[in-house]
Amino acid sequence: MLHIVSGKGGTGKTTVAAALALALAHGGKRVMLMEVEGRQGLAQLFDTPPLPYEETKLAVAPGGGEVWGLAVDPEEALLEYLEMFYNLRRAGSVLRRMGAIDFVTTVAPGLRDVLLTGKAVELVRRKDKGSKSPYDAVVVDAPPTGRITRFLNVNTEIAGLAKVGPVRNQADSVMNVLRSPQTAVHLTTLLEEMPVQETIDGVAELHDAALPVGGIVVTMTRPPQLSDEDLELALIDDLPRSTIAAAVASAGLGSARSKQGRGVTDALLAEAHDHATRVRLETTERDRINQLGRPVYELPFVSGGIDLAALYDLAESLRQQGMA
Amino acid sequence: MSQTPLEINAPVLDLNSVITDPDTRIIVCCGAGGVGKTTTAAALALRAADQGRRVCVLTIDPARRLAQAMGLTELDNTPRAVQGVTGTGTLDAMMLDMKRTFDEVVESHSDPERAQQILDNPFYQALSSSFAGTQEYMAMEKLSQLRAQADADGRWDLIIVDTPPSRSALDFLDAPERLGSFLDGRFIRVLTAPARGAGRGIGRLLGAGFGLFASVLTKILGAQLLTDLGSFVAAVDTMFGGFRERAVATYELLKDPGTSFVVVAAPERDALREASFFVERLDDDQMPLAGLVLNRVAQARMRDLSAAEATVAADHVAETSPATASLLRLHAQRQRSVGDQERLAQRFIGAHPSVAIAQVIALPEDVHDLNGLRQVGELLVGVGTPTSEES
Repeated sequence: MLHIVSGKGGTGKTTVAAALALALAHGGKRVMLMEVEGRQGLAQLFDTPPLPYEETKLAVAPGGGEVWGLAVDPEEALLEYLEMFYNLRRAGSVLRRMGAIDFVTTVAPGLRDVLLTGKAVELVRRKDKGSKSPYDAVVVDAPPTGRITRFLNVNTEIAGLAKVGPVRNQADSVMNVLRSPQTAVHLTTLLEEMPVQETIDGVAELHDAALPVGGIVVTMTRPPQLSDEDLELALIDDLPRSTIAAAVASAGLGSARSKQGRGVTDALLAEAHDHATRVRLETTERDRINQLGRPVYELPFVSGGIDLAALYDLAESLRQQGMA
Repeated sequence: MSQTPLEINAPVLDLNSVITDPDTRIIVCCGAGGVGKTTTAAALALRAADQGRRVCVLTIDPARRLAQAMGLTELDNTPRAVQGVTGTGTLDAMMLDMKRTFDEVVESHSDPERAQQILDNPFYQALSSSFAGTQEYMAMEKLSQLRAQADADGRWDLIIVDTPPSRSALDFLDAPERLGSFLDGRFIRVLTAPARGAGRGIGRLLGAGFGLFASVLTKILGAQLLTDLGSFVAAVDTMFGGFRERAVATYELLKDPGTSFVVVAAPERDALREASFFVERLDDDQMPLAGLVLNRVAQARMRDLSAAEATVAADHVAETSPATASLLRLHAQRQRSVGDQERLAQRFIGAHPSVAIAQVIALPEDVHDLNGLRQVGELLVGVGTPTSEES
């Protein structure tokens, strides 16, 4: 299986990709986690030195599974591609001198995307000597929602340019895998208007391009802290102030008449209002996500940033929700 | 609207001075994706216009409602007046249409017949509309066009640009130079060689290795594809010269003291890391940084009541007033968020102590109209923030 994880910037795409890889590895599987944007986000997340362009073991999953990592370097991927398909690795220095490597890897980012998607598909289709796949699943930390369809669809563009020949064949075979049920494109979002809108637009674009949409992962959720009834009261600033002021006083935070006690009560009421407003917005956005008719998974907000322990917790949560 | 910012130890970025200073001619808003660059650019533009500047704001990919708020209903690559500016200033807004901008470049640099040939070429069509990254070139191209127009007819005295949601926030800075080195390189001459019919002559010109190179390309791309590509590159070759000069000129424009970079970040690890890279890069390239906008910070209330104290108090009243206990836990949660954000911000400040920072509290809802945008503008310049004398 090829899992492509995309999402608007700041919605936890890399974290979800890593948690999904761990969840898929659970119980003895081997999973490849691939990074394509050159940010070294995986190394940061797993707290390892920057990943080379080399398949590197990143973590073990509960029950003996393994997560391997790979940060794809477009230049290396190009040389590898030339070797694999044309036995031309030695041509690399000539191509570099001519500026062709620079052209492919930086000037024409579309060609870079061809190499990156090609690499992902190569990992999925690779067979070892016993014609077994070395990886049970491949997870790609992919470009953000705004660019994901173009990224995955780049081989269609190539197919439009090259009518016949080896480039055409390679482009077709990559698209065949990306459009097959073997592939799932998952999108991460927050329960906020803009990322949700981008998710909705992204699903429509993927659908139009005949690319298979997987699940929607809602990240950084915080469960409501108040009862439904209190949330409604908080929204209209109608929580029983005197009761709360008395409780504040009984907890030793200042009597109801003191400046201190009033300040605490005011702050708590204002925070309740903020919270209720946010919960209401989240409810609206959650409804819009549910209307997409895709499987929806939720991951809680983690205070203090994501460390390895938190990553394992998120992976377990995804597993329990049936994403892996 | 009052805001209580994070308690951080950094110089305060006075954005009102930046936007009202007549010497500020260009403001570039940059940063990682999803941090609010476009909204920041639009809010600064409106505020500058409200204060009498004649502003053009170039947005790359605004959220639908933000676009509607500015009356941007069609993507026609032309600045349109935004209604509702108070005062004597004006505000024009536009959305970048990458393909149309590219078409305009072609049309302005070649005769009509040649232009049509290029526009019809399948390579051109793929390059101009589908390939990621073209946006970076075109955003810079559009900026230089707008600036040229401003210099020619005086329609604008301030141009504010949003930057594309790139792989890396730095991509757009590199775009002009990359294009320059590509056009200077031998690769383009190799590609154009077959169409020029130069044959072996070009081989000698390019020196050893050309034969191998040509055969490698032929093997990879196929002879037909290479010929098509070559004739495309030859067709655009004439226009690239002017395009390149402009790319280099735009890069120089960005270094001008009349330009101000505003780096936008959310108080999150990745966004701040990207902001750090950006600040360092601007410094290396001697580009003028105004400062950092720390966007969507948690609104702190009652800082004196710590998370630990609130949790203890919550346990104390859990039986007698469950609602109050919930409120106290909510407060504890918020205090922890504020603390997390302050630590992340302080880490950035540790590495860049001289970078001025403006904070904007997180608003519950997205911007839907000009007043919403105006409110963001007020937060950006610190209206409603208690000063040190008041607190």
